[in-house]
Amino acid sequence: MHREKYVFVESRRSFWTTFLIGAGFMAAVDEIIFHQLLAWHHFYDQATPAISLLSDGLLHATELLALVAGFFMWADLRQRHELSAGYARAGFFLGLGGFQLFDGIVDHKLLRLHQIRYGVDLLPYDLTWNLAGLVLILIGTGLLYRAKKAIHSKSSDQNT
Amino acid sequence: MCMSEGHTPIDSLLSYLLWLIISIVMLVYLTAAIRQIHSYRRWSRWRIFSFMCGCVLLAIGLTPKLMELAHYDIRVHMAQHLLIGMFAPLALVLAAPLSLALHVLPTQAARRIMQVLSNPIIRFISHPMSALLLNIGGMYVLYLTPLYKASLTYPYLHHLLHLHFLLAGYLFCWAIAGPDLAPRRPGMRLRLAVLFLSMATHAYLSKIMYAYHLPKNTPHTSGQIQEAAKLMYYGGDLAEVLLAVAFFAAWFRISRVRIKTNKEVRLC
Repeated sequence: MHREKYVFVESRRSFWTTFLIGAGFMAAVDEIIFHQLLAWHHFYDQATPAISLLSDGLLHATELLALVAGFFMWADLRQRHELSAGYARAGFFLGLGGFQLFDGIVDHKLLRLHQIRYGVDLLPYDLTWNLAGLVLILIGTGLLYRAKKAIHSKSSDQNT
Repeated sequence: MCMSEGHTPIDSLLSYLLWLIISIVMLVYLTAAIRQIHSYRRWSRWRIFSFMCGCVLLAIGLTPKLMELAHYDIRVHMAQHLLIGMFAPLALVLAAPLSLALHVLPTQAARRIMQVLSNPIIRFISHPMSALLLNIGGMYVLYLTPLYKASLTYPYLHHLLHLHFLLAGYLFCWAIAGPDLAPRRPGMRLRLAVLFLSMATHAYLSKIMYAYHLPKNTPHTSGQIQEAAKLMYYGGDLAEVLLAVAFFAAWFRISRVRIKTNKEVRLC
């Protein structure tokens, strides 16, 4: 019983640590490529340019800290020999896809904070962005299912 | 050009004097570190290396040629700001000069240092929030008010600003991630929040400088100011990420020690 609880804790930590890295990574890709290099949009485009820039500054600080924190937490799990590789892989993909789909659905469409581009037909951009996010989430879900199954089969082996 | 006298021989003399001071500080640290190692106590070579790096960066930042160019070119001024106010302080803080002093000095002197550190005023200004206000807040004041223009006109103000860059930068790195002890240093969550604020506000300041050609009323062209703002954005980013790495590395080391003694310590 104790062993099962321990496995649960370490797999949950492995999952959320790499989820943080994945979300931070995708935010960095979004912010560096679309906000800085292409300058297609800011995080918040509904007010003055000064506010838009402030929102980018906040997003930038969040993503950088998430990446640094995530990598150190991951290294810490490794030095404790508590990293569950299956859950870590699943977390990374769900972090990548989770950020992308959340950004695409909630930020773009529900809250209308910003759009991917302005002055063009949005549909192809929206479809690409959200479908790519969906694919990443499906990969992550598959990996999560596999990791769960692996642990269950291991613990049932030990019980018999 | 609105600069009054530009660069005088007295300024060069001052630069050489500053170099002399930096060399002396470097020698003092080296001597103390060697004494520490010779008395069969440990002192990390990385710390010695870090202190040397800090001193060299500072010396480069205070080169007479750079000082002179900075009067006319805001890009050079920004490079100086990055060297003196962000990279050199981080390297110096990571060298833990205070811990070294406490090891090497006689007990009486070490005790006096501790007394000074526990002084309420020191405690107040070494709080991460006050350090942030002095560091990034100072930069907002410099670039958004006529202070920057004034610093071009009055040489003593210019030197005072460099001193402020160095001290505020050091104070901030020490308060956030310093390996040196700080009296009643707040917990990790608060320091992480302040580090976050500092990254966001520094990025924001450089972006509005780029967008609105700040500081206003200077002899610099808009193109120069935009390039300076870019330098500030990317250079500042690198410095702040390094500070974040130092912050989490400190936590990582504590965690490793705790694993050996089987004590639980988690991030936040």
